[in-house]
Amino acid sequence: MRSKWITKARISGVLLALCATGFAATSAQAQGALPAPGPTAAAIKQRGQLNCGIDTGIPGFAYQDGARKWQGLDVDYCRAIAAALLGDVEKVRFVPTTTPTRFTLLQSGDIDVLIRDSTHTFSRNASLSLQPTAVNFYAGQSFMVRKSLNVAKAAEMNGATICTLAGSSLELNIGDFARANNIKIATLTFDKSEEAAKAAEAGRCDGYSDDTGSLAAVRSTMQKVDDWMILPDNLSKEPLGPYVRSGDDRWRDIVYWVDAALKTAEEYEITRDNIESFRTSTKPAIRRFLGLDAGLAKMIGLDDEWVVRVIKAVGNYGELYDMHFGAKGLQLPRGQNNLYSHGGLHYPLPFR
Amino acid sequence: MKTMRLSFKALFGSWFNSLVTAVMLALLAWIVPQLWSWALSGATWIAQSKTGCAAGGACWAFVGAKLKLFLYGNYPAEQEWRVHLALAVVVASLAGCVLDERRKGRWLLMLMASVPVGAVLLAGGILGLVPVRTSEWGGLMLNLVLAFVAVLVSIPAGIALAFARLSKSRTISWAATVFIEFWRAVPLLAVLFMGVVMLPLFLPKGVSVDNLMRAMIVLVLFTSAYMAEVFRGALQDIPTGQTEAAAALGLRKPQVALLILLPQAMRIAVPGIVNIMVDLFKDTSLVSIVGLFDLTGVAAQSVKDPAWLGLSTEAYVFAAMLFFVWCLLMSLSGQLMERRLNSRFSGR
Repeated sequence: MRSKWITKARISGVLLALCATGFAATSAQAQGALPAPGPTAAAIKQRGQLNCGIDTGIPGFAYQDGARKWQGLDVDYCRAIAAALLGDVEKVRFVPTTTPTRFTLLQSGDIDVLIRDSTHTFSRNASLSLQPTAVNFYAGQSFMVRKSLNVAKAAEMNGATICTLAGSSLELNIGDFARANNIKIATLTFDKSEEAAKAAEAGRCDGYSDDTGSLAAVRSTMQKVDDWMILPDNLSKEPLGPYVRSGDDRWRDIVYWVDAALKTAEEYEITRDNIESFRTSTKPAIRRFLGLDAGLAKMIGLDDEWVVRVIKAVGNYGELYDMHFGAKGLQLPRGQNNLYSHGGLHYPLPFR
Repeated sequence: MKTMRLSFKALFGSWFNSLVTAVMLALLAWIVPQLWSWALSGATWIAQSKTGCAAGGACWAFVGAKLKLFLYGNYPAEQEWRVHLALAVVVASLAGCVLDERRKGRWLLMLMASVPVGAVLLAGGILGLVPVRTSEWGGLMLNLVLAFVAVLVSIPAGIALAFARLSKSRTISWAATVFIEFWRAVPLLAVLFMGVVMLPLFLPKGVSVDNLMRAMIVLVLFTSAYMAEVFRGALQDIPTGQTEAAAALGLRKPQVALLILLPQAMRIAVPGIVNIMVDLFKDTSLVSIVGLFDLTGVAAQSVKDPAWLGLSTEAYVFAAMLFFVWCLLMSLSGQLMERRLNSRFSGR
């Protein structure tokens, strides 16, 4: 049933894309207008609202603040996309999605883009007919253990019991790691991280395992924070970032380049507050990036002001990280999530 | 005095009873002070964030800060009066049904009408009301909406199914039996999953049934099956002499069912109905797993706010208290209804 549906969706997607490109070519030639933005973007524009799938609640990525407003890195990515495409950060409908429902909601079209701390993997791309776009957060699975366990690295944990979450790849990774290192690690799984943390606190297990971002948040909730330490090991690579449906490349491009714009702005040290001062910049790269010299934006169906709107709305990537994970948030060092020029993995792309 | 003597006898009547009582008292003496100091004396009531809360005590300031989320989910703050009004309509018509015997029919009609009225009030979009998407409904309000609609629809459905199952016609009886046994045999969570996760894959593109509606339909089907069995039990409890006597008086079959069987069955069924209601109300929390933000869903979510990280105990204790209060209200009104019905039937 599912594969049939996917084929159908793929065919109609391809047909739509073909129509769109054909239409784009003729109309662009005729009037010099913007090329058609692709079916997804067109639907969003017509609706006047971006349906953005986010997490139901995870510190740093997506949570509701005291005024019940959604906040977080993923949430601000939704806002950035809305600012780019619709010109208004408020034109987003946030759709909180649970682990088992997230991909189905994207496949069925209930949401336009899924930005939900989801790892980019081979099988999700290939078998779910979903397309990973950019990586907005580099995480990796690690362990938080009781200091009294007296281990310095994960390979010394023979015989330990680790609390973790059910229904994800976390348990699988622990099993793989234990087999590879010829040790035994027992796991206890829970549905929610706070349940697992409480169990660890109560002594039912020696530690807790999750992605680095979540691990820092969980550690800060322990009653005696100093009794717990995060081990340096990375069990897995967890590149997290937005997913879109396969078959609409133009829409994927928009999501991809919104991410690139956030990082490029940080590289050029363009922030929310100082962006106006760059309007008079004479550097060609910056002029192209901010759309001061017209041209680039049209190629993906956006207008020249889009980058300015995005940065004004949410700030650059560094500002977002500081706000949600760094000094103003969870106090998580930037590490791999720094720009490549500062020893991290985020590599801004050239706008030309 | 008599109660005192009786309870003393029950507690210390034999050496074994005395021992059990002593152990229990010791346990209470151990637990209560700790609970007291955590929940009340050592608790923090006013704080701006978790850092303002004293260690070792409950941080009720967190519940205060998240109260709207717990009660209304993401329902827009300036529209909350609509929730209150809908609740008032429902409570008034329920109270009318139980307390105002004489105009019961009118109140019952109003209760039935409160479903569409409530739906218009909450969803809006017409009569100048701002539309509020069902995805923004949440918290306790969502549990109440789900439970109320499921109970109200499932009672008539359950009665119909019970009569169908007892019907002399093989086909009707068989169909009703299959329906009832099917819905009682499948786990609610699995059906919710099917409804919310799988259904969109089978529907044609662009056609989407509201998420809340899907959950509601599942709950209604489910509860109807249970209600049907409660009513079947009640109907079978009525002596066959009643039906025969009514037939002898010249009443036709529908008249026998409506005038003789149903009123008596209702009285017998009340404890069972209340039982299902309480059960269902708590079962509505399962919808949090399929991405609806009921009370347990928002409780789980509220603790992810970095300003209030790690206060899950407070969140769940508060949610449990809300559930407890509503369940208590339900069983109390059930008891009230039972007493009234009993006095009418046998109180001469």
